[in-house]
Amino acid sequence: MAQRIDVKDLNIYYGDFLAVEGVSMTIDPKSVTAFIGPSGCGKSTFLRTLNRMHEVIPGARVDGSVELEGVDLYGDDVDPVAVRRTVGMVFQRPNPFPTMSIRDNVLAGVKLNNKRISKSDADDLVESSLRGANLWNEVKDRLEKPGSGLSGGQQQRLCIARAIAVKPQVVLMDEPCSALDPISTLAIEDLIQELKKDYTIVIVTHNMQQAARVSDRTAFFNIAGTGKPGKLIEMNDTATIFSSPAEKATEDYVSGRFG
Amino acid sequence: MTTTDSPPDAQPGRLKPPARRRNHGDTERGFSRVFRWITTGAGAFLLLVLAAVAVFLIARGVPALAASPEELSAKGGLPAGMDSLWDLVGPLVFGTLLAAAMALLLATPVAIGIALFISHYAPRRAASVIGYVIDLLAAIPSVVFGLWGGRTLAPIISDVWVWIAGVLDFLPFWTVNVTNTGRSLATASVVLAVMVLPIITAVSREVFLQTPTLHEEAALALGATRWEMIRTAVLPFGRSGVISAAMLGLGRALGETMAVLMILSPGILYSFQIFDSGQQQTIAAFIASRFAEASGLAVNVLIATGLALFVITMVVNMGARAIVARRKEFSGAN
Repeated sequence: MAQRIDVKDLNIYYGDFLAVEGVSMTIDPKSVTAFIGPSGCGKSTFLRTLNRMHEVIPGARVDGSVELEGVDLYGDDVDPVAVRRTVGMVFQRPNPFPTMSIRDNVLAGVKLNNKRISKSDADDLVESSLRGANLWNEVKDRLEKPGSGLSGGQQQRLCIARAIAVKPQVVLMDEPCSALDPISTLAIEDLIQELKKDYTIVIVTHNMQQAARVSDRTAFFNIAGTGKPGKLIEMNDTATIFSSPAEKATEDYVSGRFG
Repeated sequence: MTTTDSPPDAQPGRLKPPARRRNHGDTERGFSRVFRWITTGAGAFLLLVLAAVAVFLIARGVPALAASPEELSAKGGLPAGMDSLWDLVGPLVFGTLLAAAMALLLATPVAIGIALFISHYAPRRAASVIGYVIDLLAAIPSVVFGLWGGRTLAPIISDVWVWIAGVLDFLPFWTVNVTNTGRSLATASVVLAVMVLPIITAVSREVFLQTPTLHEEAALALGATRWEMIRTAVLPFGRSGVISAAMLGLGRALGETMAVLMILSPGILYSFQIFDSGQQQTIAAFIASRFAEASGLAVNVLIATGLALFVITMVVNMGARAIVARRKEFSGAN
């Protein structure tokens, strides 16, 4: 349950504005790939093009190709809804549905598209998803309580449980720990190590230590200046990026000289 | 970062608050204090107006409530054959609630549909045009709606009512009567529905637009279609707001006078014959139709019916608040 992603010459536009230019990369299955770079360099924008979530923003469009196991996500006969079921996403701020119980939150994605699921299957799925997100022991006695009553870190793990309940191939994480305290961050980072056994993980982070801790490969994005497009500067094994990067800009960034 | 020789708590006294306990009066100076008086005054004024209306309704309504059946039938301006206030107020309350409920039933689904279209489906340009048209609808005076409803809509829509009555013909033990003039409560309710549509739409649209992007994206990222995203994120979020919107609409429908007065051919009956004429009447239209010629006890009777309307509206609003408050735990406010 993990697939490789091939990106070729991807340009991302907001209206006429070129936001990200010429990204090509390969993301290996069952690995953790981290995107780092200064604010506004387009790494979150690029992440969203991997499951077509950028299309939510009016005027956003891409050219180039993103292939999941050889299938172009932007092919004419590809439904963005189907793409997002295969490529799940976890957001910057925890966003469980406030009107739903913990249980219903986990099942939210499964119940879409008018799918019916028996109660015992649903119970099993809720338990396995919450166990997969390291949350089961904390919430098993209050599954019918609202998800918004949990702590921030628990909410984020609930969102991860919700994302993996639909059995995606890839899980995208857009700064999943930026709203969390260090303990909760640690819990999420441990979880990412667990998840990579089954899923391809792509994570955007502002925290370079986090990228160094959790990722196998790291991609560094940068922007030449305001109004210029963001670019992929360099992508390599995480150890290489942090010890002997090929580009001067990467070295400056990871050594804390700017950004 | 600079370091100092002395530890940061070397002068503990400097950051300590004054020993004297502060209250609001101490911190507010000048205009800040004046502004507090202004807002307090505005709040008190609202309560004062409400109290004045309530006192007026009760004080002037009590003579009618206290009057004997003989007095009422002689001087109370009651329709022929009635000698109790409740004979009048009961059917009027019934007619008022029936008309408003039907209007709300017709208007709310349409309003939610329009609001969702504006907030989540329409291209930006079309959305603003439609929003403008809806606001324009709210600007039409009710007397114009009355003219249109009575002169234009009633003759046309009566054919629809005749057809519906024909379809309902199979019902046992109940004959659906229908008038050919169209001057029935059903027609009045349709016009009321059009009149309350703008306010329900406008409030619902604002609520739907406030749906957190986070929740909409959460649904979309799970593979929700547009409609599923609305069902999982927008509608649950907007639920209490839509109820409030509907109650605002209900408030207007309950109190609407001119349109009903100019469309409905009235009667004082407990009747579900909504397609027939001479069956029901609403409180507001009844008061307006009688007030000009009323004097003495008859005025007190009319004010007593007004008191009934006041109580209904208050109960409706309190009910709406109770509904909104019931699922607070799941509202996302915590």
